[in-house]
Amino acid sequence: MSDRRIRVLIAKPGLDGHDRGAKVLARAMRDAGFEVIYTGLRQSPEQIVNAAVQEDVDVIGLSILSGAHNHLFPKIMELLEEQEASDVLVIAGGVIPEQDIETLREIGVSRVFTPGTSTQEAIQYIEEQVGGSDACKST
Amino acid sequence: MQIDVKQLSERVRNGHAGSLARLISLIENAEPQAVEVLETLEDRRGSAQIIGITGPPGSGKSTLTNRLVGALRDRGETVGVLAVDPSSTFTGGALLGDRTRMQSLATDPGVYIRSMGTRGSLGGLSRAVFDAITAVEGSGKTHILVETVGVGQSEIEIASIADTVLVLFVPGLGDDIQAIKAGITEIGDIFVVNKADLKGASRIKTILENNLELEPTNGDWKPPVMLVSAETGDGLAELVHKMDCHFRTLSESGRLHERRKRRHQGEVVAILQRCLADRIANFYDKQSEKKDVDVEKPRAVANAIWESLTDLEDGGE
Ligand SMILES: Nc1nc2c(ncn2[C@@H]2O[C@H](COP(=O)(O)OP(=O)(O)OP(=O)(O)O)[C@@H](O)[C@H]2O)c(=O)[nH]1
Ligand SMILES: [Mg+2]
Repeated sequence: MSDRRIRVLIAKPGLDGHDRGAKVLARAMRDAGFEVIYTGLRQSPEQIVNAAVQEDVDVIGLSILSGAHNHLFPKIMELLEEQEASDVLVIAGGVIPEQDIETLREIGVSRVFTPGTSTQEAIQYIEEQVGGSDACKST
Repeated sequence: MQIDVKQLSERVRNGHAGSLARLISLIENAEPQAVEVLETLEDRRGSAQIIGITGPPGSGKSTLTNRLVGALRDRGETVGVLAVDPSSTFTGGALLGDRTRMQSLATDPGVYIRSMGTRGSLGGLSRAVFDAITAVEGSGKTHILVETVGVGQSEIEIASIADTVLVLFVPGLGDDIQAIKAGITEIGDIFVVNKADLKGASRIKTILENNLELEPTNGDWKPPVMLVSAETGDGLAELVHKMDCHFRTLSESGRLHERRKRRHQGEVVAILQRCLADRIANFYDKQSEKKDVDVEKPRAVANAIWESLTDLEDGGE
């Protein structure tokens, strides 16, 4: 009689102030049946990881534009490990140069979506990775 | 999923955020282990002060919650926040954005914040909210704030859960009299006119006060109307003071016990409703397998099923 839902935290680390893309994605995910926790702009790695732990999310989706990924992502991955939450799927989206994508994947970011990726593609990826919202799936 | 009930319970009791989070997920997912863990935490029920915060969409509930948590933390209390938003009836998905107003609390180890969708419970509070409160109490928090949007039934339900209910109003919500929904004046212990930095706040206050004059007084407590700006912090100290007064009045008059009993009743009824609904659905399936049910006659079929189930008489006499 389980009633599982995929829970996703959408966060926007770094200093830039646009979150339109993140909001579009959040809405599409809600329409796909996910519970989307939206945390807003200018999040520090500590805030993101604490929120992910308290909300017990399956996925953290990081939206980024400012090129700050090189120091933010390692910190986030490290804090997740520290808080025994390494099993959370971390994905990222935004303008991230090709050579950095490889580095991000090495530290455990499971997938990087570059501009032009459809929201459906991201949703499908999450469903494949953590299992659908169907009652019979379990982790 | 393999869950070590004893270990999870211990860690929740020690205030471990990740374990409390996991327990609330088990509750939301209606996993059977949730009940087992909750039973080990029941000795802590009643240990926290429960505050309900309700009001129309965008009235500043989350911004105010953020402020209230700050004030409680300043005097050393520990706080749990349950922010409940409606799930889509069609997809079951939900967009839970209350945390955006509480960002600064995210790194405070004395605060636990959880966003919850209402999931299956039609327009009302999530059935899981009752159990989540027990879970947060089990983690040792001294205060629990429950934010629910004031549409549909949830604001009535919040009154059955909370010790103190804050109902928010804001200036500029169209027709002033319309803005005061029937029944809303009955559930508030404290009425907050938020966004008092904007024009028209004192007018709303007067209208509310006139409305409240007409309510029968509820024993020793006369619900006050407070002007507050969650944005600037004006009126916050006075609000916190009033909340303390309300809780003290409840405790001293013995009405706190009444409230808690109401919460208990709500939980028992909710549990039974669920069992009964399952049992009836099962029964229906079995019956309809055996013989064709008359799909044109839902009422007659329901009556027949009802008669074959145990009679529940008032008070069991
Ligand atoms: N001027 C003014 N704006 C406020 C005040 N309190 C909140 N706001 C603004 O009102 C908007 C909504 O605030 P929230 O705290 O998200 O309101 P809410 O009731 O939690 O909203 P929902 O959860 O979406 O129903 C935000 O833009 C806040 O900045 C206030 O006291 N004065
Ligand atoms: Mg809110």
